[in-house]
Amino acid sequence: MSITYLEAIREAQYEALRNDPAVFLYGQDIATFGGAFKATKNLSKEFPNRVFDSPISEDAMVGMAIGAAVEGARPIIEMQFADFSSIGFNQIVNQAATLYWRTNVPCPITIRMPSGGTAGSGPFHSQSMEAIYAHYPGLVIVTPATVEDAYWMLLDSVTLNDPVIYCEHKFLYYHLKADQIGDRELPIGKARIARPGRHATIVTYSAMVHEALRAAEELQLDGYQIEVVDLRSVKPMDTDTILASVARTGRLLALGEAFPWGGVTAEIIARVTTDGFHLLDAPPMRLNSKDTPIPYHPNLWKSHRPTTSTIAAALRRLLRN
Amino acid sequence: MLLARVLEEKLGSLYRAGGRIVGGVYLGKGQEAFSAALGVQLRKGRDIYGPLIRDQAGRIAFGEPIIDTVRTYLGSVTGPMRGRDGNIHRGRPKEGHLAMISHLGSLLSVVAGGLFARRLVGTLGDSIGATSIGDGGTSTGAFHEGLNMAAVEKLPIIVSIANNQYAYSTPNTRQYACENLVDRAAGYGVEGMTVDATDLAACLKAFRTAVARARAGGGPQMIVGTLLRLAGHGEHDDASYVPDKTRQGPSARDCLQVAEDFARDRGWMSSADLRELNEEVRRNVDQTVSKVSKEPAPDPFKENWQALSCAELVEGQHEA
Repeated sequence: MSITYLEAIREAQYEALRNDPAVFLYGQDIATFGGAFKATKNLSKEFPNRVFDSPISEDAMVGMAIGAAVEGARPIIEMQFADFSSIGFNQIVNQAATLYWRTNVPCPITIRMPSGGTAGSGPFHSQSMEAIYAHYPGLVIVTPATVEDAYWMLLDSVTLNDPVIYCEHKFLYYHLKADQIGDRELPIGKARIARPGRHATIVTYSAMVHEALRAAEELQLDGYQIEVVDLRSVKPMDTDTILASVARTGRLLALGEAFPWGGVTAEIIARVTTDGFHLLDAPPMRLNSKDTPIPYHPNLWKSHRPTTSTIAAALRRLLRN
Repeated sequence: MLLARVLEEKLGSLYRAGGRIVGGVYLGKGQEAFSAALGVQLRKGRDIYGPLIRDQAGRIAFGEPIIDTVRTYLGSVTGPMRGRDGNIHRGRPKEGHLAMISHLGSLLSVVAGGLFARRLVGTLGDSIGATSIGDGGTSTGAFHEGLNMAAVEKLPIIVSIANNQYAYSTPNTRQYACENLVDRAAGYGVEGMTVDATDLAACLKAFRTAVARARAGGGPQMIVGTLLRLAGHGEHDDASYVPDKTRQGPSARDCLQVAEDFARDRGWMSSADLRELNEEVRRNVDQTVSKVSKEPAPDPFKENWQALSCAELVEGQHEA
């Protein structure tokens, strides 16, 4: 018996629907069809009148979730792809993110965003939107990298009284498996040491955690012990855990799949150099995708995003400094 | 209507005098009849109302006390927005009065969502939702998505469109190409009607019909009111772009004057009654402004500066 990352997302929604009658699901093709990725498979059968197909209207989907939340509901919105959330951007950043601050009424909505690249998906089905949303006050941004986190952080997102952008990585949907879903270990807001080490720290999140772990294995052969910090949530960002790791290793590589300008890796570097400059034995490094739209062909796509070998190469440069 | 007009005149004079009101003042002059005719049919505590920029009259008719308006304009810390947002951006969502954002069309789906949630848990009953927009706002994607979704879900929602002929300075000829805005109703599969929005009696009749249809399960109802904004977009705008011919046309009738004449002609009120009412309303407005003027302004050192309701997830400020 094993469970995939995708199945964990389905199971979490099953559990959320079962736990609380205020939870409902709204998104494109998610009812009878079970979703483009089958993340809501059979849920409309198991919970009649709680899982709804929406029109292709990302703005209205988020707006309706906000209105429902004001009335006490806890909606989960599925964006078919994170990329399409740009159509709902206005409602997310202007309405959902400001509601509590402006009116003192919380906005407990969860927006699931199938994120990140897979081969052949091209410019409009591969984007990572976490930095865009993290920029705005009033939103919580989670980026689960494990089957456990996919499950527990989705359940936690639904019970949280604030809007959550839940970035689930499509590359992990089928490839990432666990024997079973373990216990909840950490709350949203706490990072996890995915691999302990003492020569350098990689701070990363989502699917890149796994690339980082493979690169760390590679460096192990050269005698280097690389620590990997999985942020789990990019906002709030667990600066304490990052700084504690850099204090141990003295070297930092901030790694992300998203575009290079600004973003999560820039934020990591800014925080470490501001609050922990004295901890660094070498200039910190960043590794992101290239600064172009995400390419379609696998040959191009593999070179566009960081991979185990480019991460390992970056680590070697970092360790030479 | 009268209270809204007098209140807004006062806000306009405070703005022009300078100092008391920061930011803009946005008047609903000329739109009071259309706005109030909707607000008065809604039941506070049961219906959901998403008013827009020119709905002072509708908000009063819905049951918003004018002290909420004044406190929000003056940024009083005791107001519903506590100085965090101002002027027309105010509401009490838990009382069914949603607080508009500036992005036009965005409230439609929010009102729809409230109704959807109630239907889901079986508390909808005969409650309805209502939201307002202008001719310009109908051009947004959010308006289209929201109305289409409300129609697909067959939600009991009134969409009130004040066709005041100008979106800020842009005339209708640059806003839409269909002959009449109400023609769009058919495209969404919703009921639509047009009304002379300078005529209070006609507005009341139209909204009464629409509200009854919505309560009876008839789905979204679109009402387009034809009128002219009798002020600038805000008090900073002299509306010099409106040609004299339009200013003298039938849509430029002052709905308040029309309503007063209507009441006088039928013997419901004498000129003396109207004068007395006017004075009473002015006293009320002056007293409210005077009271709010003495209230404390927000203090940045007491402000908690937290945008999340879950305090444990609020990040440090990361200031140097």
